[in-house]
Amino acid sequence: MNITHYIIKNFMKMILLIVLVSVVTFTLAVNSPIDPIRQYIGTGTVTDDQRDSIEEYWGLNDTKAERFVKWSTNLLHGDFGDSIIFRKGVLSVISEKAGSSLFLMLSTFTLTGILGYIIGLFMGRFRDSIGDRILKSICITFSATPTFWVGMLMLIIFSVKLGIFPIGFSMPIGVRADEVNIFDKIYHTILPALTLTLVFIPNIALHTRSKVIEVLESDYVLFAKARGESQKSIMKNHVIKNTVLPAITIQFGSFSEIFGGSVLAENVFSYPGLGTTIVTAGLGGDIPLLLGITIIISIFVFIGNFIADLLHLFINPMIREEEI
Amino acid sequence: MNRRKKSKIILVIIVAFVLLIMISGSMITDEMLAPDFSQKNQLPSLKHFFGTDWLGRDMFLRTIKGLQNSIIIGSIASLISSIIALIVGGLAGTMPKWVDHIVRIVIDLVMGIPHLILIILISVLAGRGVRGLLIGIALTHWTSLARIVRSEVLQVRNDHYVLVSRRFGKSNFYIFKEHMIPIVLPQYIIGLVLTFPHAILHEASVTFLGFGLSPEAPAIGIILSESMKYLVNGVWHLAFFPGLSLVLLVLLINKLGENLSLLLNPYLARE
Repeated sequence: MNITHYIIKNFMKMILLIVLVSVVTFTLAVNSPIDPIRQYIGTGTVTDDQRDSIEEYWGLNDTKAERFVKWSTNLLHGDFGDSIIFRKGVLSVISEKAGSSLFLMLSTFTLTGILGYIIGLFMGRFRDSIGDRILKSICITFSATPTFWVGMLMLIIFSVKLGIFPIGFSMPIGVRADEVNIFDKIYHTILPALTLTLVFIPNIALHTRSKVIEVLESDYVLFAKARGESQKSIMKNHVIKNTVLPAITIQFGSFSEIFGGSVLAENVFSYPGLGTTIVTAGLGGDIPLLLGITIIISIFVFIGNFIADLLHLFINPMIREEEI
Repeated sequence: MNRRKKSKIILVIIVAFVLLIMISGSMITDEMLAPDFSQKNQLPSLKHFFGTDWLGRDMFLRTIKGLQNSIIIGSIASLISSIIALIVGGLAGTMPKWVDHIVRIVIDLVMGIPHLILIILISVLAGRGVRGLLIGIALTHWTSLARIVRSEVLQVRNDHYVLVSRRFGKSNFYIFKEHMIPIVLPQYIIGLVLTFPHAILHEASVTFLGFGLSPEAPAIGIILSESMKYLVNGVWHLAFFPGLSLVLLVLLINKLGENLSLLLNPYLARE
C-alpha cells in the first residue's frame, strides 16, 4: 500500500458515504407519513382533480427508484429543490446561513482543540495534584451537562445579570446585513462559542490526560529519566510527540458532534445560522430544506474526516514509512 | 473496606435513588401539577423547593415528574439501541468478511451525520412525539457499543472452543448465543448503562428544540424551553434548578456505569 493508494482509498470511502447519506435520507423522506402536497399547500384546500394534477406534475406516481434517480441527478446539478417555508432554492437558503454557522463552529473547533489539549497536558503532567483534581471534576461535570443549559446559564450570568453581552442575534438589531462590521459579528459570537467550548473541552482534555499518563508511565520515559533528561525535555521529546496525534484524531472525530452542539447553541442565542434554520425547517415540515441541510452537513463532516486522514499521513511517520 | 465492596455500596445507593425518583414521580398526580394562580412566580422557599412558575405550578414536582419521564424514555431507548448493537456487532463478528465491511460502513455513516440532526430528521419523518423520539434515539446510539461487541466477538472467533463447536455442525446463531454472548455480556451491560446518559441528554435537547414530547408533558426539555421566555426578566430559578437536577441525574448514572465497570470489566478487575 502506498501513499496514493491510501489517499484514493479514503477518498472513495468519502464519496461512498456521501452517496449513502443521500440514499438513506431519500428513503426516510419517501416513506414518511407526511403528505408533501398537504405540506406545500398549508391550510388551503385542494380538490381531488387538482391533487391528481399536482401528483402528475411532481411525478409522485413514478416508482421510488425513478424518483430517486431524478432527485439525485438534480442534486448533482446543485438543485436541492425549493424550500417550502422560505419559498426559494434550498441551496441559496443554506449558503445565506452557512457563513455564520461556519464562523461559530470553526472558532469553537480551534478553541477546544488548543485549550483542551493544553489542559489535558497539564492535568496529565501534574496528575493527582489539586489542580488536576479540580479540572478533572469540572471536565466530568461539563461532559454531563446539556449544551443548551450551559448556554442558558451564560445568558443568565453575562447578558441578564452583568449585561455585558447581547441576548442574541449574530448582528445588532435594525442594521442591514451588509452593514454589519466584523467586530459586531465577533461580539455576538463570543457567548455561543464560549458555551460550545466549555461543553466540548472535556472530551479532548480527559482523553489527552489519560494518554499523557500512559506515556509518562512507559518504559522509555523511565529510561529517559535514568539518562538524566530533564522533565522539560521529556515533555517536549516524548509526551507531546506521542499525544498530539491521538488528540488530533479525537478532535476531528468530534467534528460531527460540534455540528450537533451548535444547533442547540444557535437556538439558545437565536444566532441565525444553519442550526436555527434546521429547527425551523423541522418544525414547519419543510422536507426539502431538512434533507438539504442534512446532506450538506454530512458532506462537511466527511470532508473533515478525510482531512483528518490526510493529516495523519503528514504527522504520523509510521504510516509514511510503512508504504515507502 | 476494599474497592469491590465500596463499588457495590455506591451501586446500591444510586439504584435506590433512581428508584426513589421513579416512585415519587408516579405518585405525583395531575392535580398536584395544576396551575395555582395564588402562588405565581415565587422564588425557591421551603414550601416550594424550586419555586413556582408564572402559572403557579410547583417546579420541584414538575422536575421530579420530568426526571421520571426522562428515565423511562432513556431506558427504553438505550435498551433498544443496545439490542441493535448486539445484533449488528454479533453479525459483523460471526458472518463472512463482507458483512463486516458493510457493518463498518453503516457505522461510519451513522457516526458521520451529527446525532442531533439525525434524531431531528428521523423524528420529523416518523411523525413527531414520543414514538419519533424513541426511534430517533434508538437508531443513533448503537454505534459505539456495536464496535465494542464486534471487537470482542472477533477476539474469540478463532478460539479453539468456537472452532470445535463449528466442527460439530452448530449454527452461527448457536455459537453466538452459547459461546459469544457470555464473553460479551459484561461489556454489554456497561455499554448499556453508559448509553443511558447520552440518551437522556439527547431526549432533553430534542424536546428543548420542540421535536420531542408534547408541550403539555412535564419534561425537563419542555420546562427549560418554557423558561427561556422568562430569562430576560431575570427569572433564573425556573431554568437553574430543573437543569441542575438533570445534570445530577446524568452524573449519577455515569458514576453507576463507572462502578459497574469496576465490578464487571475483566480488564479492570484484575488491576
